[in-house]
Amino acid sequence: MPVVDLSKSAIRDLNRLLHSLTATTNETSWTVQNPAGQHSIAVGVDAPIEIEIEGHVGYYCAGMNKHAEITINGNAGVGLAENMMSGVVRVKGDASQAAGATGQGGLLVIEGNASARCGISMKGIDIVVKGSIGSMSAFMAQAGSLVVLGDAGEALGDSIYEARLFVRGKVTSLGADCEEKTIGDEERTILAAVLERAGVDVPTDGFRLYGSARRLYHFHIDNAY
Amino acid sequence: MCGIVGLFIKDPALRPRLGSMLGGMLEIMTDRGPDSAGFAVYSGDAEHIFKVTVRGKDLESLSGALSKALKTSVEAVARDTHMVLSFPESMADKVREWLATRRSDVAVIGGGRRIELYKEVGLPADVIRRFGLEHMSGTHGIGHTRMATESAVTTAGAHPFSAGADQCLVHNGSLSNHRSVRRHLEREGLSFTTDNDSEVAAGYVTWRMREGDNLGAALESSLGTLDGFYTFVVGTETGFAVLRDPIACKPAVMAETDQYVAFGTEYRALSGLPGVEKARIFEPEPARVYAWEHH
Repeated sequence: MPVVDLSKSAIRDLNRLLHSLTATTNETSWTVQNPAGQHSIAVGVDAPIEIEIEGHVGYYCAGMNKHAEITINGNAGVGLAENMMSGVVRVKGDASQAAGATGQGGLLVIEGNASARCGISMKGIDIVVKGSIGSMSAFMAQAGSLVVLGDAGEALGDSIYEARLFVRGKVTSLGADCEEKTIGDEERTILAAVLERAGVDVPTDGFRLYGSARRLYHFHIDNAY
Repeated sequence: MCGIVGLFIKDPALRPRLGSMLGGMLEIMTDRGPDSAGFAVYSGDAEHIFKVTVRGKDLESLSGALSKALKTSVEAVARDTHMVLSFPESMADKVREWLATRRSDVAVIGGGRRIELYKEVGLPADVIRRFGLEHMSGTHGIGHTRMATESAVTTAGAHPFSAGADQCLVHNGSLSNHRSVRRHLEREGLSFTTDNDSEVAAGYVTWRMREGDNLGAALESSLGTLDGFYTFVVGTETGFAVLRDPIACKPAVMAETDQYVAFGTEYRALSGLPGVEKARIFEPEPARVYAWEHH
């Protein structure tokens, strides 16, 4: 049960320790204390371990995560779990801009609100936000599910390729080429599975689904500047 | 880059700690702006007294010469390269005129009933120490650590910028139309001392307020006129206001408790404040003016 106190240890030393762990490590339960909003905490972890962070974190926390389950008992700054590959990242508070950006896999759970550009260019990650998300979320999203229990800000899903955006509250506006879709059995099953993995017990009935109208897939002269 | 901090004290018991709290916040923002730093502190509320902060060399003789020439009482407090001159409010225009004509080597960087303004080139920790920020008290203050993008690394190019009495502005970002806005403001009678884009933003807000806008309306108006990336924190005699550009290009986070409201470019800057663990933490929304004022 290693405990790393960031008021005494440097971030680089913490990350070096985490990077040295292998898939069969016995050190599977880590605690990080006094993060004090510092950047790049627990970035690039590639081992099936659990990490509890006791407090607010700064930019890029849990970026590029692979296999690890990382829990933040506080808020997170810009770029939380950016480019995550697998594993689970859970933040108990709010997340700043670009949470889950370019994520390729795994699950990101934000128990509070997420700021602008949540899930920007997501490529297979699943994101569950218990609160609301800010403007320009899921911009150029390519794959994966973004599930929002609260509201979505302006220009949701602008220039979206393929990804499923489930929103329970109101959507301020949809971005270019994003439209509401009918929820079929397949989508309902996917939504239920994501909610279950996130440990969020709400019925799937209240959600609306948004996705790509696929009108930007091919060059159209009216779209040229 | 650049780092901004702001602190608005609600609980009078914390006023003596304004400088030490603000200094701690500012120093943490060194990574975002290591080339220069500056801050404005609002303190004192003596009736009919006006304060001017000046910067330059050979400041020792300044208050004596001023007092003799204008036949008025002038108090001077020297802090490193800066000096705060206090004198009866009725003399404000005459003092400015005398400084401009008799001591044109001295830069007037701000003035008002309550504002004191300090800025220098160098690491924020050194700037804080040189001016003794940790010992300053007050009701509110704002600060800036600079990583220059639009103009040279000089003391004059450091923030905050002040264009009107008790007003100052710090800026994180860069403006793309500051040249045309500057030409417009110059036609309106404003003058600028640097090529800095943020000085134009300070001038713009002051101009709008001169034209009758309140602080909130002046900032709303800047949304339509100033093009570029910005998070502004604007200080006034009674408080401060925050505005982010319509796409919130530059980061900002705030913490509010019963004792204070604090602004930081990053949460790190707020992490040392008393009771911040239990504070309400939030990000200001884009294109929305937030303001706190003492009444």
